[in-house]
Amino acid sequence: MGKTIAKKSDHVNALKSLIGNQIFIPIAALLLLVIFHLIMDPSFFAIKMGTNSAGNAVLSGYLITILDSGSELAILAIGMTLVTAASGGQDISVGATIAIAGSVILRVLCGTNSRPDSLQAPIIVAFLVACVAGMLCGAFNGILVAKFKIQPMVATLILFTAGRSIAAWINNNELPVISDKTFTYFGEYIPGIPIPTPFFIAMACVLVIALVLKFTNLRLYIQSVGINEGASKLNGLNPAFVKFLSFVILGLCVAVAGLIKVSRISTINYSVIAKDIEMDAILAVALGGNALGGGKFNMTASILGAYVIQCLTTTLYKFNVQSDALPAYKAVVVIALVVFSAPMVKEKAAELGKKIKKNKKAGEVA
Amino acid sequence: MKENAVLEMKHIHKSFPGVKALQNVDFTLCEGEIHALMGENGAGKSTLIKVLTGVYGKDQGEIFLKGSEKEVSIKSPQDAQNLGISTVYQEITLCPNLTVAENMFIGRSKGASVNWKMMNRKTEEILQSLDIPAKATQLLSSCSIAIQQMVAIARAVDEDCKVLILDEPTSSLDDQEVQKLFVLMKELRSKGVGIIFVTHFLEQVYEVCDKITVLRDGKLVGEYEIKDLPRVKLVAKMLGKDLDEKEDIRSGQPTFDAQGAAPVFEAEGLKSNAGIQPFNFYINKGEVNGFTGLLGSGRSESVRAIFGADHVLGGKVKMDGKEVKISKPLDAMKNGIAYLPEDRKADGIIGDLSVRENIILTSQVLKGFFHPYSKAESVKIAEEYIDLLDIKTASTETPIGSLSGGNQQKVILARCLLAHPEYLILDEPTRGIDIGTKMDIQKLVLKLASEGMSVTFISSETDEMLNTCSRLIVMRDRKVVGELHESELSQGSIMNAIAGGETE
Amino acid sequence: MKKKLLAALLVGAMVLGMVGCGSKSSDATAGSAAASTSGDLIKVGIINNDPNESGYRTANDADMKAMFTEENGYEASFAYSLKNDEQITAAQKFIQDGVDYLLLSAADTAGWDSVLKDAQDAGIRVILFDRTIDADESLYEASIVSDMAKEGETAVTWLKDQGLDSINVIHIQGVMGSAAQQGRTGALDDAAAAGDLTIVDQQTAEWNAEKAQQIVQSAIDAGKDFNVIYAENDDMAKGAVAALDKANISHGVGKDVVVMGFDCNAWALEELLNQNWNYDGQCNPFQASYIDEVIKTIQDGGTPEEKVIIMEEKGFDATTITQDDVDKYGI
Repeated sequence: MGKTIAKKSDHVNALKSLIGNQIFIPIAALLLLVIFHLIMDPSFFAIKMGTNSAGNAVLSGYLITILDSGSELAILAIGMTLVTAASGGQDISVGATIAIAGSVILRVLCGTNSRPDSLQAPIIVAFLVACVAGMLCGAFNGILVAKFKIQPMVATLILFTAGRSIAAWINNNELPVISDKTFTYFGEYIPGIPIPTPFFIAMACVLVIALVLKFTNLRLYIQSVGINEGASKLNGLNPAFVKFLSFVILGLCVAVAGLIKVSRISTINYSVIAKDIEMDAILAVALGGNALGGGKFNMTASILGAYVIQCLTTTLYKFNVQSDALPAYKAVVVIALVVFSAPMVKEKAAELGKKIKKNKKAGEVA
Repeated sequence: MKENAVLEMKHIHKSFPGVKALQNVDFTLCEGEIHALMGENGAGKSTLIKVLTGVYGKDQGEIFLKGSEKEVSIKSPQDAQNLGISTVYQEITLCPNLTVAENMFIGRSKGASVNWKMMNRKTEEILQSLDIPAKATQLLSSCSIAIQQMVAIARAVDEDCKVLILDEPTSSLDDQEVQKLFVLMKELRSKGVGIIFVTHFLEQVYEVCDKITVLRDGKLVGEYEIKDLPRVKLVAKMLGKDLDEKEDIRSGQPTFDAQGAAPVFEAEGLKSNAGIQPFNFYINKGEVNGFTGLLGSGRSESVRAIFGADHVLGGKVKMDGKEVKISKPLDAMKNGIAYLPEDRKADGIIGDLSVRENIILTSQVLKGFFHPYSKAESVKIAEEYIDLLDIKTASTETPIGSLSGGNQQKVILARCLLAHPEYLILDEPTRGIDIGTKMDIQKLVLKLASEGMSVTFISSETDEMLNTCSRLIVMRDRKVVGELHESELSQGSIMNAIAGGETE
Repeated sequence: MKKKLLAALLVGAMVLGMVGCGSKSSDATAGSAAASTSGDLIKVGIINNDPNESGYRTANDADMKAMFTEENGYEASFAYSLKNDEQITAAQKFIQDGVDYLLLSAADTAGWDSVLKDAQDAGIRVILFDRTIDADESLYEASIVSDMAKEGETAVTWLKDQGLDSINVIHIQGVMGSAAQQGRTGALDDAAAAGDLTIVDQQTAEWNAEKAQQIVQSAIDAGKDFNVIYAENDDMAKGAVAALDKANISHGVGKDVVVMGFDCNAWALEELLNQNWNYDGQCNPFQASYIDEVIKTIQDGGTPEEKVIIMEEKGFDATTITQDDVDKYGI
């Protein structure tokens, strides 16, 4: 008897530590969506094998769509998590800087002719130039935040405002279109591989950041600076540089996301490309249970959060919800998040948990 | 309820994950009495007070207040305030970005409208009556820590309170200010207010208190009349063992012989942007010296200049006879200097990070960005230091913010030691921690010095300085005004030098 | 200090934004600056939407800049905004500057009465282009607009004439409530109500290719049966086609799915030429010549024959389009 009780309490503890864990929030949200679909229409989970117009075997289905479309968001969530943790604020210019990075890619690929028959430069060169552009944008934001101590949201408001115009200016206000098929590989499929390329790119980014977090002190430095700048300084860290670095990393993420975005449709529309994606990226960070005021972060939870948001978006499309109503549904998620992370609610939940435990014990004794 | 008791707490239980913070604790406070609540760090004093003020909910137990037959329920600090329980915490809990007057009245105006003029005038009156040198319209952040503390007390006193809780109110006040506070406390006592006084300063307890309640490890040891409990016995009760208060911790420690080598650290005309006069300084291998002076005399600023924590404006610095450049903390760290800052909360701990991460931080930074400790390594190191310094924590992964003040300080000390410095600077390492730990730290300093480490030790308590330092640099008005050597060291000579007598 | 710096940076950002907008026109504005010394030019103040908004707007802006030059006898100043209040402020400035003509493509239909009255009092003639407003007709000389409903009707009529066994449409709408969306949606809704076709899916993608791609992707994932994509602009049609390509659904002339777009971007007309798409409806951005005509008439002392001038607009069929059409009508 005693043993079983001990076991039970072990279970309770395991459950408790799971609920206490940050990653519980996105997992719970995901489970909720999964259960919803199981009830409403299990065909949501069906994956079919087919061929695409280029004659390649490809997988299709809602799940694949989520993995595919969520890639940019997952990549951005990586950088946004670091920026949030280090600076205690968010970068709202990522949509606009994606426009810049995308525009740079097209500019390099097209040269002066906006509709070239062949690529004017290797794609890798275009991508690297875009990386530099993205990191420059990040560096600009980073300097404003780290050196001039301007609030991140306000500092990034500058590129948020000007970014799309800069993107248009890079291509002389023209809309370049790439006809080369290889360019579409990054946004669609590589021949012979049935899984969308963006997913691989996202996973590569995840792998890189995982390795960086494992083999460098990035996590410790960013968390220290985010939690206590003064103490970090006295321990030999340079808080300004750490913040700057986080913005530059986000700039790099933006460049990768930009490549995927322009590759998807082989062209760019400066005013609508990656529109409102900054809000989704911030939401992903929040959904990952990370404090938007900076400090500790959980990268896995953020990335998972990004896919949960895409899952929600895809779900809403499936049920034919008007796409201009999507923000309203996301707002509901935000409200739920805010409510659940409020200390008062947490306390109440803990109390409730205790009561249930008590009742259980009473039941056992009886 | 006992006659003339204003507050009675019975059988209070409170536990946190992994820790039983309070077990069956009783506490009674009478009208017009100053009641000291004593105990080591982690004894449960702060927890008891937080239960009383509604910051924490109690797990079990009852609380009675004068004037109500039934048990009262205190679910929030607001409840406590409404019931006439006011608190001044160890760490200032006011809003630095508001004015003094706003801080005095925040959360207390009944209606939605605020009469600014009246609020400012009333604040001005209160400040004047308490002799607090601040203006009502001044931003709180522009006041010194001591003044901020006084404002917090003024705010609590101004509330119509039956029970006033002072949680370590004197730890950042100098003697004069402490005296002012005592006058105030006695006046309140004569008005019938019950005062709970939490402090680590034994002298202060014997100066103002009527009764003492001692806690140890979350349990009640006992309640005593002050006259029945001499100091030595009090300390014994707190530690649970007998301890001679005047134990000479220096005896038996071998001293390190520097043998005329160049000083480990030497500064000439060192100057920083923190407003201190350029000063000269040196420390030999195996030496323990200290800066002494009143609050605000510039002792902390001096060591900050040595460590490069403030912006260094000029001066020459040598390590082991060779000239080096120290313009930021990293430079100092690379040259083998470690620094334990005065303000633990603002400059020391990384609150949300674990004990382990806090311990390895300095040496991790020294190791470099691309060479992190593996998890296993860092756990091993952390465990080693938790053992060595007897840090009370649930595990290596407990956030440092949830440890008691003394244990937080030990973690920071562990961080300094892990960097294996040649020269260790400790600025107020014993502030706000219990007497046992204070002793431990002093002993540790002497042991380190005997092994060849140079230590600069700063403390507001002169007896601690006398215990450890063989040479004191005296500061006054942000200037080095003299030096006291071993043979001249005594309470009297220090007082004289600080106050500006004949040493000039 | 910090605030000043920030302010300076924000101003800088806005200037950059303008550079972005105006880069194509640098010679035109330079011309106008030089022309301000000579007296007999007609001064026009042009208030337009942000040229980055769409290819349509870019072409429209370029057309205006090509027409209102010194060589053609004009001294032109430009102001751009997507916000009504900023446009009104710009209009007030032009009135103060004493322009002869105010050319206006209003961001919003409401709120123009008082400022246009001011213009009238100052003897300034107002000509609306591209967008109409809710104001008394006496306040402006002419309004040169596209008939969006007619564009929609032309397209739907073309679709019905294709001889498809059944018409199952995925309808991708623009920003809800915009004139283009309402006009182009109206015709299709009417046809659906009359039973001529079935709308399988109707969703707004807010002129955004990415959203259009997701919408069509979702329809494909759900296994919906459709054979027409009716996208209310070219960008969205392109997004839709990207989704079709992924799922190996053939599209274009003689293929499984009929693709229809609007606006006649040059690249879209090329898709028609390559028979990848089937239809593209024109939304004529070239109003400058119409405006020029109206101004000439007024300058000669006449009045325009009609208050509302509706531009001629075509619909292109992939089977009949020629390279000349692409060069001439592509924007």
